Amino acid sequence: MIWSSWNDFWAMGGYGLYVWGSFGVTALCVALEMVWVKNARAQALTQIAHELVAETNSKEWS
Amino acid sequence: MNAFVAIVKRDLTLALRRKNEVITSVFFFVVVAALFPLGIGPEMNTLRLVAPGILWVGALLASMLSLGRMFATDYTDGTLEQMALSPNSLSLLVAAKILAHWLLSGLPLVLLAPILGLQFDLSSNALWVLTLSLLLGTPVLSLIGAVGAALTLGVRGGDVLLSLLVLPLYVPALVFGAGAVQAEISGLGASAHLSVLAALVLVAAVFSPWASAASLRIALES
Amino acid sequence: MIQKLFFYASPQNFYPLAGKLWPLFACLATGLTVWGLWLGMFVAPTDFQQGQGYRIIFVHVPVSWMSMVIYLAMAFWALLGLTFNTRLSGMMTKALAPTGAIFAFLSLWTGALWGKPMWGAWWVWDARLTSELILFFLYLGHIALTNAIDDPRRADKAGGILALVGALNVPVIYFSVKWWNTLHQGASVSLTKGSSMAQVMLEAMLIMGVAFWMYAVAMALYRVRSIILVRERHTQWVAELPEVKAQMMKNAAGGAKA
Repeated sequence: MIWSSWNDFWAMGGYGLYVWGSFGVTALCVALEMVWVKNARAQALTQIAHELVAETNSKEWS
Repeated sequence: MNAFVAIVKRDLTLALRRKNEVITSVFFFVVVAALFPLGIGPEMNTLRLVAPGILWVGALLASMLSLGRMFATDYTDGTLEQMALSPNSLSLLVAAKILAHWLLSGLPLVLLAPILGLQFDLSSNALWVLTLSLLLGTPVLSLIGAVGAALTLGVRGGDVLLSLLVLPLYVPALVFGAGAVQAEISGLGASAHLSVLAALVLVAAVFSPWASAASLRIALES
Repeated sequence: MIQKLFFYASPQNFYPLAGKLWPLFACLATGLTVWGLWLGMFVAPTDFQQGQGYRIIFVHVPVSWMSMVIYLAMAFWALLGLTFNTRLSGMMTKALAPTGAIFAFLSLWTGALWGKPMWGAWWVWDARLTSELILFFLYLGHIALTNAIDDPRRADKAGGILALVGALNVPVIYFSVKWWNTLHQGASVSLTKGSSMAQVMLEAMLIMGVAFWMYAVAMALYRVRSIILVRERHTQWVAELPEVKAQMMKNAAGGAKA
């Protein structure tokens, strides 16, 4: 283990802002992308379900 | 060959009937070249340094402004479809249109550039290299721009989209074109840059008509 | 083998395959990230010149690599699609683009955060960073073009040509920017440490590289499933999917409550 304390780890020898700014934004983008992708799937399923129901309804009524 | 010449003549005739558009992009170049010094300051030493870049970017933007016109009018009135259906190779006809576009928007810039270069106190050698670099570079802009114009044909917001697509691809021409003038000014000689530009023209001349024709067919299919 | 490939070229067959594969890639990505970060943050020593700040390379280099690899993958699918006229190829290109664009952005972001402490400026016109910026523009252009065209088939083909033209241009752009940079006495510090990098650092960097690669594949496979659903929504096989039927029941239940 190269860090003598947790404080040292977070401080990153003075470069904390830059290192954690990089890792943080990367993690954020990854998380956002995962949410985005999940939403896209949910939207797709909702849209298809709506259209199918509308189709079957229109077939029943005709 | 006849079809090629015919298309060039046709495009030139049509454009000269609407002189406005041709003059506007030339005028744009003049205005941009005058605007930069107003933004940067009248210090001649600074202006001499930035002149190659400014003049080249100005020519690039002016050339890009007129790209949308290349295929749009023919697309809307159905001529493009006729060209695609004709027995002539579509690549050949597209090459003709690109040549016409360059004659109308590239060549005027080449002829104007030395005059505008005087505003920046460029030496006569530098002015000569500037003209030469634009003479080689503006065809590259028309050729690459044609692919972009074909891809965005009839698309919503096409003009701005076209700029976004085409500007990254313009970078090599810009780097070597402006670089040629800078090399001349700093005494290193522009022959290497100009050779690369010449190579770019040749490669673009071979690939672009074909890629543009393929893109046009995609646009016409839908 | 070839027959197997053609079997999966149909969206209907590829959909369940992607469904089975993406969790595997996601697991690999997670595991490799944990391992890579462990090595990079807790085992790798301090750098002699750059102190602890060098640790940014454990994300900067992987995302930069991947932004280029993904673009090449897009060009590959584009070539496949234009040659064989398969629908799935266009969908894969569309699925890859957003991840690639995000990685290009992260490359620029982490590059700036590395540059500021090392060179004193948030941005330097280093050949690689500048080329990365242009690559980011190419991604944005591709996404803008495919979103602007309404007809999906035309969007796929146009995007395909753009991806190919871009891919062919990327080396040219890189070399022209490199030329431009050296003549202007750019930063002489290179972004990688070269062969003088400690073994552990290199290892961690490579592991993170593969981790991001696995992540990109997982994202692309997951995303392409949604694209397939939307594009193929008028087919029988989509209507009979369990998730679609479940959604229909959910909608019905929701409607009944209202």
